Formats: sequence, structure tokens, C-alpha cells
Amino acid sequence: MLESRIPDGQLKDKWTNYKSSVPLVSPSNKRRLDVIVIGTGLAGASAASSMAEMGYNVKTFCFQDSPRRAHSIAAQGGINAAKNYQNDGDSIYRLFYDTIKGGDYRSREANVYRLAEVSASIIDQCVAQGVPFAREYGGTLDNRSFGGVQVSRTFYARGQTGQQLLLGAYSALSRQIAKGGVTMYNRHEMLDIVKIDGKARGVIVRNLMTGEYERHFGHAVVLATGGYGNVFYLSTNAMGSNVTAAWKAYKKGAMFGNPCFTQIHPTCIPVSGDYQSKLTLMSESLRNDGRIWVPKKKGDDRLPRDIPEDERDYYLERRYPAFGNLVPRDVASRAAKERCDEGFGVGSTKLAVYLDFKDAIKRLGQDVVSARYGNLFQMYAKITGDDPYTTPMRIYPAVHYTMGGLWVDYNLMTTVPGLYAIGECNYSDHGANRLGASALMQGLADGYFVLPYTIGEYLSNDIRTPAIPTDHEAFDKAEKNARDQNNRLLNNNGSRSVESFHRDLGHIMWENCGMARNQGGLTKAISEIQSLKKDYWEKVRVPGRDNILNPELEKAGRVADFLELGELMVRDALDRSESCGGHFREESQTEEGEALRDDENYTFSSAWEYKGEATEPIRNKEKLTFDTVHLTQRSYK
Amino acid sequence: MANLNLTLKIWRQDGPKETGEFKTYHVAGLNTHMSFLEMLDVLNEELVNTGDEPVAFDHDCREGICGMCSMVINGRPHGPLEGTTACQLHMRHFNNDDTITIEPWRAKPFPVIKDLVVDRTPFDRIIQSGGFVSINTGSAPDGNAIPVGKEIAEEAFDAAACIGCGACVAACKNASASLFTASKISQLAFLPQGQPEREERAIRMVKQMDEEGFGHCTNTGACEAECPKEISVDYIRKMNWEYHRANVKG
Repeated sequence: MLESRIPDGQLKDKWTNYKSSVPLVSPSNKRRLDVIVIGTGLAGASAASSMAEMGYNVKTFCFQDSPRRAHSIAAQGGINAAKNYQNDGDSIYRLFYDTIKGGDYRSREANVYRLAEVSASIIDQCVAQGVPFAREYGGTLDNRSFGGVQVSRTFYARGQTGQQLLLGAYSALSRQIAKGGVTMYNRHEMLDIVKIDGKARGVIVRNLMTGEYERHFGHAVVLATGGYGNVFYLSTNAMGSNVTAAWKAYKKGAMFGNPCFTQIHPTCIPVSGDYQSKLTLMSESLRNDGRIWVPKKKGDDRLPRDIPEDERDYYLERRYPAFGNLVPRDVASRAAKERCDEGFGVGSTKLAVYLDFKDAIKRLGQDVVSARYGNLFQMYAKITGDDPYTTPMRIYPAVHYTMGGLWVDYNLMTTVPGLYAIGECNYSDHGANRLGASALMQGLADGYFVLPYTIGEYLSNDIRTPAIPTDHEAFDKAEKNARDQNNRLLNNNGSRSVESFHRDLGHIMWENCGMARNQGGLTKAISEIQSLKKDYWEKVRVPGRDNILNPELEKAGRVADFLELGELMVRDALDRSESCGGHFREESQTEEGEALRDDENYTFSSAWEYKGEATEPIRNKEKLTFDTVHLTQRSYK
Repeated sequence: MANLNLTLKIWRQDGPKETGEFKTYHVAGLNTHMSFLEMLDVLNEELVNTGDEPVAFDHDCREGICGMCSMVINGRPHGPLEGTTACQLHMRHFNNDDTITIEPWRAKPFPVIKDLVVDRTPFDRIIQSGGFVSINTGSAPDGNAIPVGKEIAEEAFDAAACIGCGACVAACKNASASLFTASKISQLAFLPQGQPEREERAIRMVKQMDEEGFGHCTNTGACEAECPKEISVDYIRKMNWEYHRANVKG
């Protein structure tokens, strides 16, 4: 039933052959085809602008006040590409291999190879748009290294790479808006997918400024709505990041792939109090020069500068001499948790480790360190009040990215015909753990170079389909569903805030489905989430009205979907009793405490199928076959 | 860790066409490690619990980069701290028993939608008028084909750091969008990739800026002083130069 639609042929030829044989749509037909894109981050903005350049009619939606605000903007460290500009032996194959291995062999070879193949074109495209990447004195592009790899293939723009890439994609989008190829709807939130004869044919959106419900037809619908890390309440995601669009798609028949695969990023500013609304990432690039340590003595309360060298445990360098501080994120996060659980944590909560730049400043001088990381140091100082030039940063892992997402085939199409998912919204390329600087790469690969081709295969069969009027009964029904949910929330007359439920959900998820998971905790979490959900619909209070800007109502709808998603994530985590990548089942570990895969039973991606409110979802499997790489126990020692 | 008790005077306005007014609220027992927006979260949760409507304000990343948060705090866009967005302002910079006034950006081209939320789509239209390089996907040369000196790349970056929040407009007595517009014109004028459309871009973006109803720049420098990314007012000089150069080249 799950058709991955991977092209035949040698791994390295698949994408080239696909491109040469995919049916094309003539320019005169493209003008008659409408494509809806939800979300304007790297994936959405790049896809919308590229498809408009090709001649499609594109309608684009975002919930923020401007397409430039999407959370891609907050990515700091960089973007990978197999350019081998540093002459350090990089190649498409190596980027492919690192990504497959980094993902702990739970992603599709063909997709990942294609990602590595198009990576170089992304850099060219962005440079041409005027993205001010870091340069060498000779004028060529500079690179730095990132976790989980041994080459320097990460392109960057100070600590604001995501911002600069997004503004590049936003500028391309703006150009198309001006030309009329894209119609932009800001402050609009998608509330349902409209399906006609089994195909995605439109969306219901709510104009957040006026509360009006709008119907939009599209020959195809593309979701580029990002990840769902906010199910944990505290994460590095933006406050508005949510799962609603993907979740509505799931309930309309799009299967959800590997929902439990969550990335917990090792270097974030630790939680400091109950009021906390979000967590702030400190770029992984800091691990290039910063050294991570804890005191060797439990409960050592001395100031870090008073702890002599020989009483410090540089535990990553000790455990993983080959990669040291640059081990992949899942490994670094678990190692920090292990030290803190054992009582070696630092700071007032004891849930933190040091990230120290003392040696880097000695080796390189403060000016060089400042040039590399100045804005990150400044951000840290603003939030914590500490100066990282003189005292080590305190960091702790935090939810950052979700590798899981809507299941897609090689064309990036979900199990609903005509419904596509790109960027973090899909589950496609990162397996069970994403490598640093690969999210930007995947978002832009999908949007600039993959989807604009693959969507043609579907649309070439749709050239005779006229636009379907939005008074079709499928639109009526979908709009009614969206209105009913909001009316129910507003008229609930409960007593508890949306926020308080979201916080409770986050707590259940973090404790039971976070960095370490076990059968007992996961089983308990399912019933806890179910009872929280029941409470939610009985007790939530949503003030205000439906016909005006009402942020509380927006949040209420999103939290309602998070409550359902949370349960699915836990089910998936329970179902996968192996450990792999960021999914660490305590029952499945090596003697040294590393994640232990069970390739015999779990070399598959899960694809969960919605079966209705009262029925448990069904887990389908897409078996993963590895023709090129050999599955091994990941080792960074 | 000290606890703060504050009096807040917040602009409440029910919709674009309603009349707004300041309302007074009290919040007590705040942790000084909180961010300013987390302080508003606390107030909003109290308002929800007592059956009131929470204060609407724009915010998203809470890391000082998305540019969504936008409020005038004690008369200053983004508050008292230099080079800081409202979301990165922490309560340790306030004192117990302070009275804090919070209001939306005040500028004719940015009408209030509700409470502290304003409409900043004029900025999007300024970018749409020319703030891009016309390059279609797939037609770019190799990234290293055109060398860009390190200094030029750095200068372009400094201009490109603008987050489009609109504090410059809110700070300006003329509600001028010059700093916003100038930073994009400058970024692309510095880079070789921006050269083919350099003149057209300057003329179009300046024209759009005027058409949106933003005022003229009278060189007070308030924009730079309040810019959370500390974008230099020098770019306005550069914009003027680019604009006149374009007109002369005709």
C-alpha cells in the first residue's frame, strides 16, 4: 500500500534519470494550474517562488504578519553542501553517507542521495540572490565544520545563516508576488484540507485579522509548515510553530511518518523557571571551539574558574576521542543527560553542563572568537546576564527539531494524491537523527530543486481539470468542521487557560517521550495524555470572539492538535522497541550506554494511518533497503 | 533572585476602527530572569483566568531575529536596552514598583489591528518593489565564480542584518522608513550580484516607500539609536547617493 516510488537504476543515476523522464507541463498549461503552498519558511518560500517562475499560479499562506518571519529565520549555524571547496575530500557520496549514518540508518537511500546531489546548487542559487555568506580574504566562500562529520562543508553567514537564506528566499518570493505569479496571504492560518474524489483540492483558511473563513481551490496543495517540537511546550521553536496543518492532513488520510523521532539539541540555554515560554539554542558551531565539561566531583559548587584542569571531566573528549566535542547531536545530548543524572550537573538546577571557550580564546585570541561567535555570545549574555568570554556558558539539551513528519514518497507526495509535504514538515531525509546544518539544506533542496520537478508528474495528469468552484460540498463540509471546532472552544465556558494545558502536555512528553524512553513511562503517558485531552475539552477557557484577531483562539486550536499528536508520538515510541538516533529506548542499549539498533526487526519507517476518533491508528511499515551502504553500529569513538 | 511588582499601563484597542485607551494592570511576584514578553504572558494568563481578554501582541521566535515583536516600552521602541528586541529584554532591567507604559508602533502607514498589533505589510511591498536580485532557480553560476572580497561581504552582511521589525519607523518623528529601505538597497548595491538592477532598484524602492505614506528622513538618527540590530544610519546616506546616482544615469 505504501509506494515509495523510488526510480530504478543505480543510486547515483536515479535523480538524473528521473528528471529526464518525468512528464513535463507546457507553459500554456502551467498558467491554468493552481498550486497552494502553506508556510513561507525556507521550503515554502523557495517552492512557491520556483513554481511561480516556472509559470504555475501559486497561492501562499502564512500565519505570521509577513512571510519573512517564518522560523527558518532563527537557524544559526549554517547549511551543508558537497562543494569540496576546502579540498578535504568531500563529495556527494560522503555527504550522503554522513547523512545516512548520522540518521542511524533509518532514512531512504535514494532521497538522501538526491539531497546530497542538489546541495551544491543551493549554495549557487543563494549566492546569486545576494546572500552575504562568510568569505575568505581572496573572495571565495568560507566553510566550517559541524557535528558528526570530518570535513568542512558548512557554509554560513555569521551566526544568522537561517535569516540570510530565508531573506533570500523571501526576496525571490517577493519578486514573484510583484509579478503576479504568487498571491500572498499573510496572517492566514490553514484549518483544513479539502479533498474531492480522493485528491487534495483546496484548503480552508481563517483570516486571523478578521476571523473570516476562506475557501481556496488548488490543483495541488503543498504543506511547508515546519516541525512539531512545540508539542513539548518548551522547545527552541517559535511560539507559533505548530502541527495543525500537518495534523489536519493526517486526519484526512495523509500518513504520519516516524512521529517519535525528535531531535534534542545538546547546546541550549537551560530552563531557569516555571514562567519560561521557550528555550534558546546556542548554535552547534560553538562546539567547533568550545569544550564541554563538568566537574569530576559530584555536587562541586565552586565557580568554574576555581576548578583546576585536572578536576574537570571533558566527558565527550573522554568517551569519543575520534569526534570529541563534535559528536552528533543525539550522542552529545544523551551524554549531557547521563552526567547530570549521575549528579555532576552544574548551576542552580544542576541540569546544565559547561561549554567553555577559555582554551579557544587562549589559542585564537578574543578577536577571532568574537568574529566567529560574537552575536551568539551577545545573545547568551542578554538572556543569562553572564559573560561567556570570562565564564563558561551553561547549556543543556532542548527539543529542537522533529525528523518525523508526514510520510512522503520519492516525489514528496503524501498518501493523499495531490498533497505534498516539504521541509521539516515531512519525515523524509534525516532518519532518526538530523546532522547539524542539514535542515536548511533539506528545506531549500525540497523547495528549489526537488518539488518543482516532482509536482509536474502529478500536475501533468491534471491539465484537463478545470478549477473546481469553492461552493462544492467538500468545501462546505471542511469549513463547517473548522467553524465548529472554534465555536466549541469559544463557548466552552471552562476555567483553565490553554497555556496551562499545553504546559501539562509538555511535561508528560518531556518526562516520558524525551531523551530517554521506556515501556512503563510510555504506557503511562498514553493514558495521561488521553485524560488531559478529555479535561481540555471540558475545562478549557478561550476568551474573546471569532470575528477579530484572537491569539488565544489560535493557540487553543493548535494545542487541541498537539494533544492528539502527543499520543501518536508516544504510540510510535512504544512500538519501536529498538533505540536509534534520537529515539533512545532504555531497554535497548549497548554496554557503554550507546543506542542499540535492532536492524532485524526495525529497519523500516513507520507510517501511521488515522482510523477515526474512536479507533486506534494503524501502523504501516515502509521497509528500508540499503543497496549501497552497509549497516553498522554507529561509532564516533 | 528578586521578585518584582509592577504597574503596567497598556494600550487596549479592540479593532482597527475602534478608539483605544490605556488601561492599568498590576502584576506581582515576577522573577527577574523573565523576559519582557514572558511578563506579558503572566499578565495574560491572569486575565484569562479572571475572564478578561488577554492583551494581543505580535511575537514569534523570541530570540530577537524574526522581527515580529513590536511594542513601545516607556516611550522607546523595544524598550530601554540598546540593540535589543522586546523579546530579549529581561526583567532584571526594571525595578520593583516601576510603572511601565506599553503601546503599539505609532505610525500612519502601520495601522493598529488590535491592542499592540499593527499592520506592517507596507514593508513587504517595499521589498516587492525591488528588494531582490532577478535570478530564477537553476540559472545561478557556481558560488565561487564571482569572488566577493571579505570586507564587501561583511559590509553587505551588516546591512542585511535588518529584521524588518519597524522600530525605525516607530522611533522617527516623521515615521520614515528610510533605514529599512536603505539597508536593503545598500546590501544589494555592495554585492556584485546586485549590480545589474542597481539603479532601477533604488528608484523603485524609494518610490514605493513614499507611496506607502512614510515620511521623509530629516537626519535625527533616532532610527539607528532604537534599531535592535544597530543598523547604521550611514546606509541612508548611501541610499540617497544610490537614488541620485540612478537618476543621473537615467
